[in-house]
Amino acid sequence: MTQATNTRLSNTSLARRAWAIRRHALLMAQVQGQGYIGQALGAADLLATSYFHAMTYRADDPEWEGRDRFYLSIGHYAIALYAALIEAGILPEDEIETYGMDESRMPMSGMAAYTPGMEITGGSLGHGLGIAVGAAMGLKRKANPAFVYNLLSDGELGEGSTWEAVMSAAQHGLDNLIAIVDFNDQQADGKTTQALARGSQSAQWQAFGWFAQEIDGNDLDALVSAFDAARNHRAPCPRVIICNTTMCKGIPFLEEREITHFVRVEADEWTKALAIHDANKPE
Amino acid sequence: MSEPPIPPNSRRLSKFKARKAPNQKQATSAMIASLDSEGRDTITAPFGNTLAELAEHRADIVGLSADLSKYTDLHVFAQAHPDRFYQMGMAEQVLMSAAAGLAREGFTPFATTYAVFAARRAYDFICMAIAEEALPVKICCALPGLTTGYGPSHQATEDLAIMRAMPGLTVLDPCDAIDTQQATRAIADHLGPVYMRLLRGQVPNVLGDYDYAFEIGKAKLLQDGTDVLFISSGIMTMRTLDAAKALARDGVSCAVLHSPTIKPLDKATILKQAAKGGRLVVAAENHSVTGGLGEAVAACLMQDGVTATFRQIGLPDEFLDAGALPTLHAQYGITVDAIAASVKTWLKE
Repeated sequence: MTQATNTRLSNTSLARRAWAIRRHALLMAQVQGQGYIGQALGAADLLATSYFHAMTYRADDPEWEGRDRFYLSIGHYAIALYAALIEAGILPEDEIETYGMDESRMPMSGMAAYTPGMEITGGSLGHGLGIAVGAAMGLKRKANPAFVYNLLSDGELGEGSTWEAVMSAAQHGLDNLIAIVDFNDQQADGKTTQALARGSQSAQWQAFGWFAQEIDGNDLDALVSAFDAARNHRAPCPRVIICNTTMCKGIPFLEEREITHFVRVEADEWTKALAIHDANKPE
Repeated sequence: MSEPPIPPNSRRLSKFKARKAPNQKQATSAMIASLDSEGRDTITAPFGNTLAELAEHRADIVGLSADLSKYTDLHVFAQAHPDRFYQMGMAEQVLMSAAAGLAREGFTPFATTYAVFAARRAYDFICMAIAEEALPVKICCALPGLTTGYGPSHQATEDLAIMRAMPGLTVLDPCDAIDTQQATRAIADHLGPVYMRLLRGQVPNVLGDYDYAFEIGKAKLLQDGTDVLFISSGIMTMRTLDAAKALARDGVSCAVLHSPTIKPLDKATILKQAAKGGRLVVAAENHSVTGGLGEAVAACLMQDGVTATFRQIGLPDEFLDAGALPTLHAQYGITVDAIAASVKTWLKE
């Protein structure tokens, strides 16, 4: 297989990938008038770094045994992952218009049985990291050098099960597990930092025995450095990258909306958002 | 205008139990009690030993426990295959999630805890991480129904009702050591997720005296009879067999249909037996009368238009008392004597 590995692209190319992921997501959101576009725009940079810098996979064989596993526990981020899977060539671009439709392979909330590349069924929050713990154990048993990535949200830090998994991963020395926290400080009722996620996240994860990095999750250089450090870290412990992101990143008039967990976007605003986005296409 | 006062803290429905004179006759039941008080031949740790033996030939079998390996007999497997045992700590949610993750990577995980903790605490994790994805995780849980005197915190009187409602999950309630051994082998081969009630420690050997083989999804007629048809699962099959012997001495002829698979229920066999007519049909289970084998059988008969006089032996729909097991079994009517007495009463109605 010639497509066996990711190609290490320059940051300029990553910027282009992130731009394309945002564009796929905007087009899907327009189909449904869907409000989780804020998360997709915010997470586009970390997804671009995952799929076009860090991860090994085969686009034509999403279940290839040697692939790095990417577990999305936040089901409502499906729109973001579909956009990344389309950009990675795992899903065909012409399915964008089916997003959220009856019989579509791309339901609103991510489910493993529906979509190639959607490894787990997310949506009930606080599940992904625990499943990743078991998969990381299983990969070690098989002497498979693949990594398990789990993208979780800051809201999931409120689930007790997340912390069971945090303790478990450290206890079992899972150095093949990389958690990515999308810290956008927004959950359904308001700010995450005014709910349960208080204090320094990196200090908390370090206290539990993790190699923790906290970065600007919309800075591609910082993302590349952090993913490299996570993969190359030598201590036998799990790794976490806490990515501070901005909801709706890249579309200023949406970034400024106060409630961004589920963004209200008027029908005519999608065209405006796409126009702004297209005007900012990177080289 | 002042705020209305906060009412005193006594506004709950139930009251504390009335204090009774201490009963010196019964020793307190240990939580880890096995059922060797039945006075029968027993087999040691049938689940743990069978699993350890299976794993000799099956590299995919792994074991996980949430700090209860010693109390679910999984320690036998852990001692035989230490590198394949994962101590998950007192964390039932990640126990189930991690089992799902291992199953995703091609392993056949056996996850053990107490039935109450799996059914009540880890439900969402069994449901979404395991059952929804049809992963071959085997959830094996000790202390089913009323097999501990520790009170409601440890008495899984509603686990079958909870698990029966989960799509795609096979639900088993084996009777004895033979059933447990055979079911352990069967679920290891079964491709889907399974919830199995576990009998641990010194487990009676009862079905060894019968021409019996466990099969997932099959109810087996252990003995035939003309007056009563018992349909039972779990340890209640030991009791219905003994009750049938006691009733035979009084001229009452009882059939015993053992249905260790609660889901998918063997409707064909149950309907065939119940449709024979002229027999009192008695469902007996070590479980609440709500949502378990009894109601499953009743629904099965109703839906197929089979009419029979139907009665249930099971635990009441309430939080049970703490105490010694023999006392509690008598109190809730699931002893051999209580079963026989109930049947005689019902036959006179």
